Amino acid sequence: MNGWTGVTLRINLSTGDIKKEATNLKDAKLFIGARGLASKILYDEIDAKIDPLSPANKLIFAPGPLSGTMAPSMGRYDVVCKAPLTNLIAGSNSGGSFGPEVKFAGYDMIIIEGAAKKPSYIWIKDDKVEIRDASAVWGKNVPDTTDALRAETDEDAKVACIGPAGEKKVLFASIMNEMGRAAGRSGVGAVMGSKLLKAVVVVGTNPIKIADPEAFEKAVMTARKKITEHPVGGTGLRMYGTNVLINILNSVGSLPTRNFHDGYFPEADKTGGETLTAKYVTRPRGCFSCVISCGRATKVTNPKYASEGEGPEYETAWGFGADCGIDDMDAIIKANYICNDLGIDTITMGSTIACAMDLYENGYITTKDTGGMAIPFGSAEMMVKMVEMTGNREGFGDQLAEGSYRLASRYGHPEFSMTAKKQEMAAYDPRGVQGIGLNFATNNRGGCHVRGYTISPEVLGVPFKVDQHATEGKPELVITFQNLTAALDSTGACLFTTFGIGADDLAALMSAVTGIPYSVEDFMKAGERIWNLERLFDLKSGITAKDDSLPERMLKDPIMTGPSKGEVNHLDKMLPEYYKLRGWDTKGIPTQEKLTDLTLA
Amino acid sequence: MAKFIMIHPDKCTGCKNCVAACSFVKEHQIRPAASRIHVYNWEREQVSVPMMCQQCNDAPCVSVCPTGAMHRVFGSSLVEYDSTKCIRCRMCVQACPFGNAVYDSVTDKIIKCDTCQDNPACVAACPVKAIEYVEEDVATRSRKKAFAKKFKDAFQEVA
Repeated sequence: MNGWTGVTLRINLSTGDIKKEATNLKDAKLFIGARGLASKILYDEIDAKIDPLSPANKLIFAPGPLSGTMAPSMGRYDVVCKAPLTNLIAGSNSGGSFGPEVKFAGYDMIIIEGAAKKPSYIWIKDDKVEIRDASAVWGKNVPDTTDALRAETDEDAKVACIGPAGEKKVLFASIMNEMGRAAGRSGVGAVMGSKLLKAVVVVGTNPIKIADPEAFEKAVMTARKKITEHPVGGTGLRMYGTNVLINILNSVGSLPTRNFHDGYFPEADKTGGETLTAKYVTRPRGCFSCVISCGRATKVTNPKYASEGEGPEYETAWGFGADCGIDDMDAIIKANYICNDLGIDTITMGSTIACAMDLYENGYITTKDTGGMAIPFGSAEMMVKMVEMTGNREGFGDQLAEGSYRLASRYGHPEFSMTAKKQEMAAYDPRGVQGIGLNFATNNRGGCHVRGYTISPEVLGVPFKVDQHATEGKPELVITFQNLTAALDSTGACLFTTFGIGADDLAALMSAVTGIPYSVEDFMKAGERIWNLERLFDLKSGITAKDDSLPERMLKDPIMTGPSKGEVNHLDKMLPEYYKLRGWDTKGIPTQEKLTDLTLA
Repeated sequence: MAKFIMIHPDKCTGCKNCVAACSFVKEHQIRPAASRIHVYNWEREQVSVPMMCQQCNDAPCVSVCPTGAMHRVFGSSLVEYDSTKCIRCRMCVQACPFGNAVYDSVTDKIIKCDTCQDNPACVAACPVKAIEYVEEDVATRSRKKAFAKKFKDAFQEVA
């Protein structure tokens, strides 16, 4: 086979069974790979109502057909399972070289079932697959685990593992690969921990075959040129990393500040990409086949937080920064490093700490609850401490480890949680940017920015500029971005390629690599199919139209200062049209006609 | 004037576009194991270093080759490999001090960089100019000049 390897690896940790199955080519055409194909498998194989932390859940590591090829910036993979944070379908996306290595080992996907009886790891070298004892590394942080397992296997093996947070089932624990790259959101690391699976270690020496090398080379050169010549992908992200967005979002009054009380942070620049580049970056880093290199190798010299590592991304700098009312970049970066080492999603961590600070300032939690810590907004030192306590579930950290929705509910004020479907919204204020609010409310994994990144047209003006405050036309825009991203994720491509390329370039790459002709319509329809399938999973897991919402604060409390002062989100003006354009009924359920059209009936 | 491939680990992002491009050009598939260039990553330090055949003047792979398969054409800057003369004894693999001559069991050949006949695919694929194909006399100029500039700046400050 071309693009796909044709083999799916299935490992049952309860029984120790290891099977190599033929990848279902019919489904691969329809759902592409990675997020899409793995979601199809999860949908078919598990009951959506299961406890995500029970052995009945399955954990799927899934690169796409373009992962591991030289398609530019397209070496990613997804981790798909039912998520403990949201009780919805999870698909967490990560870069580095782990996804390509799975392909080189000969697999389109690794499906992990059941749960081990003792700490274990999986060692894969091409055909050879073993479940091994991980007792010696249980409890170790991510870098130490990575080093130790390489010493036991192969010094250049690619390692995806959990840290203490995953072991302790922190509901937003990440899976980390190659130390600094994260499949961050929704708690996929906790699912791995619930299976007593510490790591997946891979070495591969097989080829990925290309159906039409000549057409492929041409499509690669075209895509490379478009990506690298674009000011966002080619210049902004390379020069300043994703954190270039801090000053941009602040300048349009949509940088959520102090747990979304405000949308403007006067001290933002101290935490932005320009400051990061000037004071902390040692060099840019790139994932497999990347031509952008937005990754940041950084160093903090302040003795209090002195350390080296990767990050922060924009959402991280926001979560530990503006959202907590903190402008101490040393502390923000240190918090990021701790998340990398312990295996924690930085977005939910930052927003959960912001929620705790908000509850504290309003007197709903006191120093009695926090174990003596005073935690008003702006407490940088306490913020760093809380990250560490959460990863290890120590003291008050045990409560933070449940995420902001459960934390705020415990103290009787769920409205203090800035979540959609129990997942913390990322760094874009839905009151200042209307479309992203609709995306958060309707997103299949809750408050997620990357699966419908309307910030691109609404703020950055790519590929065209629309009014961030308008609601007209936003449902259609959100749907287009959600569908395109679903298809794009499923190829293994990075979202950032879309600043330069579109569905036509991706369809050309898919056709050349797989030999199956994908038209732009086929490609976009695959995206719509994947979105609707995820929706079906979520509906089965128990959500209803009332869950397609935003925190009350977004709908009723206007932004207090800055360029978007006075704005609220007008979800009610957009949601009915969104359902209609999606071909869903007024309860948000896909119609039979729509499902038939998408071959999902 | 001969050209050679110059590496700049300070610029390398570890993306391995060079590795993918090399195996694609040489093998028409993506197989890093068959690439003539490899990139090693140190993740804790986040440093990456590309490695490929240095085309040594006094090349151990040529010296140990019993059949003349590994050879240098007079006047050429390349160490060349003739698979028809090669008996696969792998003495070159043993002898190369850098580990840059490798036996590939899939194709039953010795694989090493041949600069793609003066047009290296890895260099074209590098998005950050961490590998360059340059004339020998200017290869190190940018590095020397960067240090020279520090002296210059210091002198100017004193003056």
